[in-house]
Amino acid sequence: MNGAVLQVAGLTKRFGGFVALQDVALHLSAGERLGLIGPNGSGKTTLINCISGALANDEGTIEFEGRDITRLPPYRRARLGVARTFQIPKPFRSMSVLDNLRVPLEYAAWSRAEHGRITDEAMEMLEHIGLRHRAHVSSGSLTQVDMRKLELARALAAKPRLLVSDEAMAGLSSSEVDEILEILLALNRRGVAVIMIEHVMRAVMKFSERVVVLVAGCKIADGDPQSVVAQADVIKAYLGE
Amino acid sequence: MFSLDLFANAIVAGLLLGGFYAAVTIGLAIAFGQLDIVNIAHPAFVIVGSYIAWIVNTRFGIDPVLAGLLAAPLFFLVGSVIYRIYYAAFERTGQESLSGLAFFFGMMFIIEVVLILAFGVDYRLVSAGYVGATIQIGFVGIPLRMLVPFGVATLLTLGVYLYLSRTFMGRAILAVAQDRLALQLMGADPVRVKQFAFGLAIATAAVAGSLLIIIGPVEPSVGRQYIGRVFAIVVLGGMGSIPGMFIAALVLGVVESLVASFMGPSWAPAVAFGVLLLTLALRPSGLFGRA
Amino acid sequence: MKISPFWVCVAAVIATGLLFTGVAKNEYYFNATYVILQATIMAVAWNILGGFTGYVNFGTAGFFAVGAYTSIALSKAWGLPLPALIFAGGAVCALIGLGVGYLTLRLKGVYFAIATLAMAIVFETLVNNWSYVGGAKGAYILTPDKHLWFDSYIEMLFMVMLLLAVACVAISRALNSSRLGRGLAAIRDDEVAAECAGVPTLRLKLISTTLMGAMMGVAGAPYPFFVTFVDPQSAFNLFVAVNAIAMPMIGGTSHWLGPVIGALLVGTMQEIITVNVSSELNVLIVGIMLVVFITLAPQGIVGLVRKYRSRRER
Repeated sequence: MNGAVLQVAGLTKRFGGFVALQDVALHLSAGERLGLIGPNGSGKTTLINCISGALANDEGTIEFEGRDITRLPPYRRARLGVARTFQIPKPFRSMSVLDNLRVPLEYAAWSRAEHGRITDEAMEMLEHIGLRHRAHVSSGSLTQVDMRKLELARALAAKPRLLVSDEAMAGLSSSEVDEILEILLALNRRGVAVIMIEHVMRAVMKFSERVVVLVAGCKIADGDPQSVVAQADVIKAYLGE
Repeated sequence: MFSLDLFANAIVAGLLLGGFYAAVTIGLAIAFGQLDIVNIAHPAFVIVGSYIAWIVNTRFGIDPVLAGLLAAPLFFLVGSVIYRIYYAAFERTGQESLSGLAFFFGMMFIIEVVLILAFGVDYRLVSAGYVGATIQIGFVGIPLRMLVPFGVATLLTLGVYLYLSRTFMGRAILAVAQDRLALQLMGADPVRVKQFAFGLAIATAAVAGSLLIIIGPVEPSVGRQYIGRVFAIVVLGGMGSIPGMFIAALVLGVVESLVASFMGPSWAPAVAFGVLLLTLALRPSGLFGRA
Repeated sequence: MKISPFWVCVAAVIATGLLFTGVAKNEYYFNATYVILQATIMAVAWNILGGFTGYVNFGTAGFFAVGAYTSIALSKAWGLPLPALIFAGGAVCALIGLGVGYLTLRLKGVYFAIATLAMAIVFETLVNNWSYVGGAKGAYILTPDKHLWFDSYIEMLFMVMLLLAVACVAISRALNSSRLGRGLAAIRDDEVAAECAGVPTLRLKLISTTLMGAMMGVAGAPYPFFVTFVDPQSAFNLFVAVNAIAMPMIGGTSHWLGPVIGALLVGTMQEIITVNVSSELNVLIVGIMLVVFITLAPQGIVGLVRKYRSRRER
């Protein structure tokens, strides 16, 4: 049984005269794994910003689990179960790694969490992503990889039903990419729909059930990964003529 | 009690005053409008400029405006040094919002108190040929001590505007706020550009200070009255727009003048801040600001 | 049942205060400590919005003065007793905090800071023009006769202030390590990320400004009875404003102890200087300390202590 977890229709976003997104439509079923690819500047991050609420779209609607969230502020969407990571990690620098996880547990996941066990749950999550030994370290002093993991963990701590991962693997080594991939797959096995924005094609192909291609603010392809990447216009968009 | 006489005089006085306000504000329009540096101490620097003009004027008999122009390069250097400290302590570490503000807040007090300790709280004036004379046009009186600052202020604003839009350094300053990376790719060091810009901003304070003491007597706490005005003008005009700033300055001058004439001068301080709060609440991008 | 060291200290402080009132005869000491306690409340209050949430309030003098003038107005109109005046001062300033916050907190932090300064000046102008409370000329407040079991009114005021200060510090401490406090810290560290983590940023910021306003109003409410003559110049005075910002920044803004340390240290120093030198010098020194600390030790004294301790652990 697959209900739509995300339904985006006619999404348009302009910055002054520049059209960042033009009439974008997106459908995501519950528990689906979607890869979102496209050249730099094609509007992928803008799309997530609109879905998560960080930006307000000019036209179009966004529905999450059948509910219209187009006008909701970001924190309400987070509480409903929409989570996203940031391309450049934005940890709460003055707080420890553990406290970084407590915030989403205490806010976004408040209705879904057991209030007496927040710290324990946070520790368990740290265990799962391999950061438990850093629980009490200041989050500002982590390594790049660990910061990416923390960024992901924070999104997971919000107990989402939709997670958008924005280039979590950029610049990571092959084994690090596999680590992140495993975390995302494990999450998906628990029923969370995931949109993965990546340039690391190996990860996209391995992970995605479906791939959407965004070029210059327009969706130009949407379908099975193998056939999408073989499409002429997709190849053209990435490699030029 | 309304009379056309009073009304016309208030408008004219307001315009002249507004023009002068532009001179005081232009430094903040650069620092805050272009560089996002909340230099709340800018009016304090203006007062320092006033005192320098006063010293030079009483000691050597030099015209205050000239004194201001002579002091400008010195102020430029001071501004550059202060920016360096500000950059090293705050911008580089990303602390500018809280700590940067408090930094300039502290500076403001230091400057004011040093002036009190050095010169006392007596009002200081300058003497120049045009202070005291008035041109009479019909029932409207135009005091020269307002007209001269208005003229200099207009020239100053025009000069800065042309500089920013026509020269390489000027355009680099405009660019640094919008796109640091592009600026670097163009071969300009963003930090040096910002340093130059901030130096320029403080240099204008020297000139503005000399104009201030022409308009009226000055004592160390006078700067505080201008904090509200300069921020109100920058916000009302719109961040990043020099022409907008000038128009906003004129608007504020006129509104203040009308309020002082018809409601009494004790209400004047609230005008600037009232304008500021209204702008922030209704149209935060100002009249001409970038969105 | 384990009692935390904090409450033991609180009990000790209150006991010491009571002892003080029984033993000390020279009124000067009560005057001096009253000023320091007032500064402590203001510093703790400022820090809730400034240090915990990351939004700078420059209009502290406004909140303080409104608390004082609410006292004067209500005392004149209905002769209310001190506790009622304190409550009223806190309530009025809480509403103002809420109002100013609602108008400007949706914009960048910088605009909020300027707007708070604006609010202070607007209120000063209003008070200047309001003759009921004395306008620009000021108002005289007679010292009430009743001072409970204390030897003098100032001793009672001192005790009142001590209790208020303790209460504010306790609230600040509870906030620091609570769910609400973590939400505020998230806003301070990264407002966008906080919002995406489910933190209702506007609501929390408004709670923060309201609480800050209430505490500052409470600090200002007894002021007329302390000085017996209040005029806008003294009530809205800049010194109170600088101190409210300098003390937490010097002490350390992210921890509840910071403003307390800052207030005690700087406040005591200022008392010594005022008596022995001049009050202008006070402002100069506070200003210099503020700038030096911000530039070299942005985490304040608390931060320095932390660094020292973590270095020793290596």
